[in-house]
Amino acid sequence: MNDVLDVVLRLLVVLVVFLALPLIVGQTEHKVMAHMQGRVGPMYAGGFHGWAQLVADGVKFAQKEDIVPADADRRVFQLAPAVALLPYLLVLIAIPIGPGEGAVGEVVDAGVFFVLAVMGVGVLGSLMAGWASANKFSLLGGLRTAAQLLAYELPMLLAAASVAMAAGTLSLPGILDAFAWWWVPWQIVGALVFFVSGLAELQRPPFDMPVADSEIIFGAYTEYTGLRFALFLLAEYAGIVVLCGLTTVLFLGGWHGPWGGAGLGWVWTLLKTAVLAFLVIWLRVSYPRLREDQLQKLSWTLLVPLALAQIALTGVVKVVIQQ
Amino acid sequence: MHLVFPAVLSMLLFCAGVYGVLARRNAILVLMAVELMLNAVNLNLVAFDVWLRDRLHSGQALTLFTIAVAAAEIGIGLAIVLMVYRGRGTSDVDRLRDTAEPGPGDQDAADGPADAPGTPAHRTEAHRTEASA
Amino acid sequence: MSPAAQSHGFLSPSGAEVAFVLVGLVTFGAAIVTVTTRQIVHAALWLVVALGGIAVEYLLLTAEFIAWVQVLIYVGSVVVLLLFGLLLTKAPIGRSPDADSGNRWAALLVAAASAAVLVWVVVDAFRATWIDLDGPAAGSAAVTGASLFRHWVLPFEALSVLLLAALVGAIALSRRQPPAAAAGSRAPDAAQEGGR
Repeated sequence: MNDVLDVVLRLLVVLVVFLALPLIVGQTEHKVMAHMQGRVGPMYAGGFHGWAQLVADGVKFAQKEDIVPADADRRVFQLAPAVALLPYLLVLIAIPIGPGEGAVGEVVDAGVFFVLAVMGVGVLGSLMAGWASANKFSLLGGLRTAAQLLAYELPMLLAAASVAMAAGTLSLPGILDAFAWWWVPWQIVGALVFFVSGLAELQRPPFDMPVADSEIIFGAYTEYTGLRFALFLLAEYAGIVVLCGLTTVLFLGGWHGPWGGAGLGWVWTLLKTAVLAFLVIWLRVSYPRLREDQLQKLSWTLLVPLALAQIALTGVVKVVIQQ
Repeated sequence: MHLVFPAVLSMLLFCAGVYGVLARRNAILVLMAVELMLNAVNLNLVAFDVWLRDRLHSGQALTLFTIAVAAAEIGIGLAIVLMVYRGRGTSDVDRLRDTAEPGPGDQDAADGPADAPGTPAHRTEAHRTEASA
Repeated sequence: MSPAAQSHGFLSPSGAEVAFVLVGLVTFGAAIVTVTTRQIVHAALWLVVALGGIAVEYLLLTAEFIAWVQVLIYVGSVVVLLLFGLLLTKAPIGRSPDADSGNRWAALLVAAASAAVLVWVVVDAFRATWIDLDGPAAGSAAVTGASLFRHWVLPFEALSVLLLAALVGAIALSRRQPPAAAAGSRAPDAAQEGGR
């Protein structure tokens, strides 16, 4: 009975984190973007610096009419937001936040494979939405999503494989146990490749061609309104949390920190994740959108070779230090 | 676990794939049915590997190879299908009969390639309106 | 009956067996819909369910690594590729006229006959055989990796050559022909996907 309770508690905690962190990232994005652009952002909702803006947004979304276009494929159209959102919840279960068995939702033996595999499933949601909307812009958005995913899945996997090679294990807690500070400079190229590919997979600026509003309105999500649209937005921010958490765990040492000991490990994880999330927002404000062919070129001619070079370097160093 | 469960499931999936390959006309649907058959074989391989406790794990290794080969197959297959579609505007395997010998009762072979370009666009448009009506 | 059979039975299934049968039913149902539905994109989406179901069956058979590879390669890449192909070949919403060919009944006959024969043979052969799922997992990443790189290195390398050949082949196939040769073809190829 205790085991069941334990599992239920863990899942509950993961669910709460899953619901809370994306909102926090979203609110931060509102404020950070505003200040970077010389504005103040939302100030009224909730009183103190508009902290409740996203709550208000949520209420607004819930009140909107849920429209399904007449020509759309109803069931696929309605199912798509859930398919886009749920994989991120599953991934969150496997991300360790502190040292030891207690600080991870569920220890998965082949954790790296698990998280990357499940994250790839989320893109099906965008594809379903793009096809089922019966809208040319949505279809173009879906096609762009698919092309982007296929191009960026490979460098992401290769970069993650490099870390797994270095640690000699595929389990995320195992990778953290093997971590040492000099891994950061050693794996820095892999980290960059992973982060950039992850951004592309989340379709965040500067890789947001699938939703480019000046070209194809809002891509696969053009026809969505109300709660379903909010779910897609939530999926994007959950994706940011997951990507930053994964980068932290794989490349930045997760709960390892210069001071604080094992008890404060979760603070380090959260801190690093928050810094990376800030970086994601910063990139959105700073860089213009790439063109579709530039996107493909960046992946195949830069990121894939870099990732392969990182794997070669990892292999060489691994062999050298074992002798 | 009873070995019959995975074995029977694998057989049933395989036969579903057989039906798909034989009954489908759209080339991409045929490819999907082929994937089902490959997966049935994989399930069989894994089940027997676990049952035999094979020291070399040949079943699992072979499964991984099958998955990789299937990925290569789907890549090449889709490239071919897309090229055919681009050239003739259809991915209907019954109409791709250029290399077939014209037999008796086979008028399709003559008019197939001739009217192919452009037809599917009209056809799908027509069916779109039909479906929505 | 073998001694092993006496400690098990169809009437007292273990939890894993019950789960296996339930997931198997879902998988088989999804596979049937995949090969029979006339809505092409729905077929691809049901294929996702079928492939995911098989991944769960791998998990129940303790082949964890293969299960995640299955999700990664099949659900994450192959199905996305298939959907990509379907979108590029203008899959309509609603029923598609060219899903099934005229030989459905012959196909059904062949499939049903082969299913009957195969299932009968398999059940007859393995009626009293049980998989021992206790003990160390047969398919953890460490075990599979060790066997792959200890005993199967050469096939593995050969496989990489195959994949390279497939990559080159796919690029060669989908490349645009030079303008002289490509007078008739006008649709953009897969890599350019109509972005402009």
